[in-house]
Amino acid sequence: MAARISRAQLQGATVTYRVDWVLGTDLLHGQCRCGAERESEDPIELWQWLTGHPVGHDEREAPRRADPRSLVGVRAD
Amino acid sequence: MRTDFPRDQWYVAAYGGEVSRRLLARKICGEAIVFYRTSSGEPVALADRCVHRQYRLSASALDGDLLVCGYHGFTYDSEGTCVQVPGQRRVPRTARVKKYPVVEQDSFIWVWIGDDDAADPKDIPRAPWLASNEWTTVCGMEPLAARYGLLVDNLLDLSHETYLHGGYIGTPEVAQTPITTEVDEEHGIVFVSRHMEDVACPTFYAKSTGIEGRIDRWQDIEYRPPCLYLLHSRVAPVGVQPGADGDDSGAFHVEVVYAITPETETSTHDFWAVARDFARDDESVSAFLAENNRTVVLQDVTALNLLETVIATEPPGYQELSINIDTGGLAARRMLAAQIAAGDTTRAPATATV
Ligand SMILES: [Fe+2]
Ligand SMILES: [Zn+2]
Repeated sequence: MAARISRAQLQGATVTYRVDWVLGTDLLHGQCRCGAERESEDPIELWQWLTGHPVGHDEREAPRRADPRSLVGVRAD
Repeated sequence: MRTDFPRDQWYVAAYGGEVSRRLLARKICGEAIVFYRTSSGEPVALADRCVHRQYRLSASALDGDLLVCGYHGFTYDSEGTCVQVPGQRRVPRTARVKKYPVVEQDSFIWVWIGDDDAADPKDIPRAPWLASNEWTTVCGMEPLAARYGLLVDNLLDLSHETYLHGGYIGTPEVAQTPITTEVDEEHGIVFVSRHMEDVACPTFYAKSTGIEGRIDRWQDIEYRPPCLYLLHSRVAPVGVQPGADGDDSGAFHVEVVYAITPETETSTHDFWAVARDFARDDESVSAFLAENNRTVVLQDVTALNLLETVIATEPPGYQELSINIDTGGLAARRMLAAQIAAGDTTRAPATATV
């Protein structure tokens, strides 16, 4: 019998984004490599938020400053 | 849904055993290719169209390592260079057919679709079990009359097992176990993991492994877009864990491998293989796994062929609904979209959503 577990993650793969389906709920829990987390019931919305890094990933300061839309004149509010 | 495929990528074109001294015709990503082996055993892939009058070279004949067109006798070497034309001594300088980069690895013949300068065999993802002496493998290939993206969706969401494959591989737990999805953007991998703990042992596993009582059953999907899909399946007595160093000799493993190769925009080569590290010499286990997996693949083929007819006739912009079970499939679609944008030099690379 093969002696080793074969998952590539043990061979140096790195996780950029992780989404856990929270046990016993309909909630998805997303985590970005930067440490930002978010819960959502919609996988499409959650991937948009995760892959939009860093937009909205630092609640204190990032969202508006980093949002490229603000650079082309779309009002953020 | 975009039906394009990523270019500048390696795709599985065939099993090594399919490529021989007989000419094999196969379309990969819309490109007609003829495969054969030279007398020294090297696999060769050439464009399947004579430069003269476009005859299928696959309907021609080998003369040693030379391919002689069955229509007028244009003769090509294994580099695709025309070395002889009928009735005249001068061979036109432009008389050559495209030679595709090919690599034989892990029992597959991989072919590079895209710009030859970018082809690096080191980029080919591995499925080492298939050609290993320590594993026993059964395999097959089914033609799918559906776009490859539908097979990607299908394989990334195993919760369909309960419904489409009930009684074969589906068990109630499969639809009721939480799922973790991870994306490795640097290496281009989507992981979808489901670890069922303390569940009943399906009769097949009890018989072939000798496990008595309940089991932990892990299913770890590792998808390396666009072509290679691995399902690491692990069965162990409840509570038996792999060691911190990766040692997992207390468990039984099945490595399910799919190669998802577009044939055309709306058809796909569905390669499947099942390797195991237990009951390795037991022919009845091989027969069961081959029959069972082929049945499961054909159930998917039937469903996806039907789905293709629905999608092909629907008005543009039709919306579908995604729920939690689709998390992995959505991650795969994003990665494929990025690959399509990266390999597409004729269009602005702004179509990807990643
Ligand atoms: Fe299936
Ligand atoms: Zn982030």
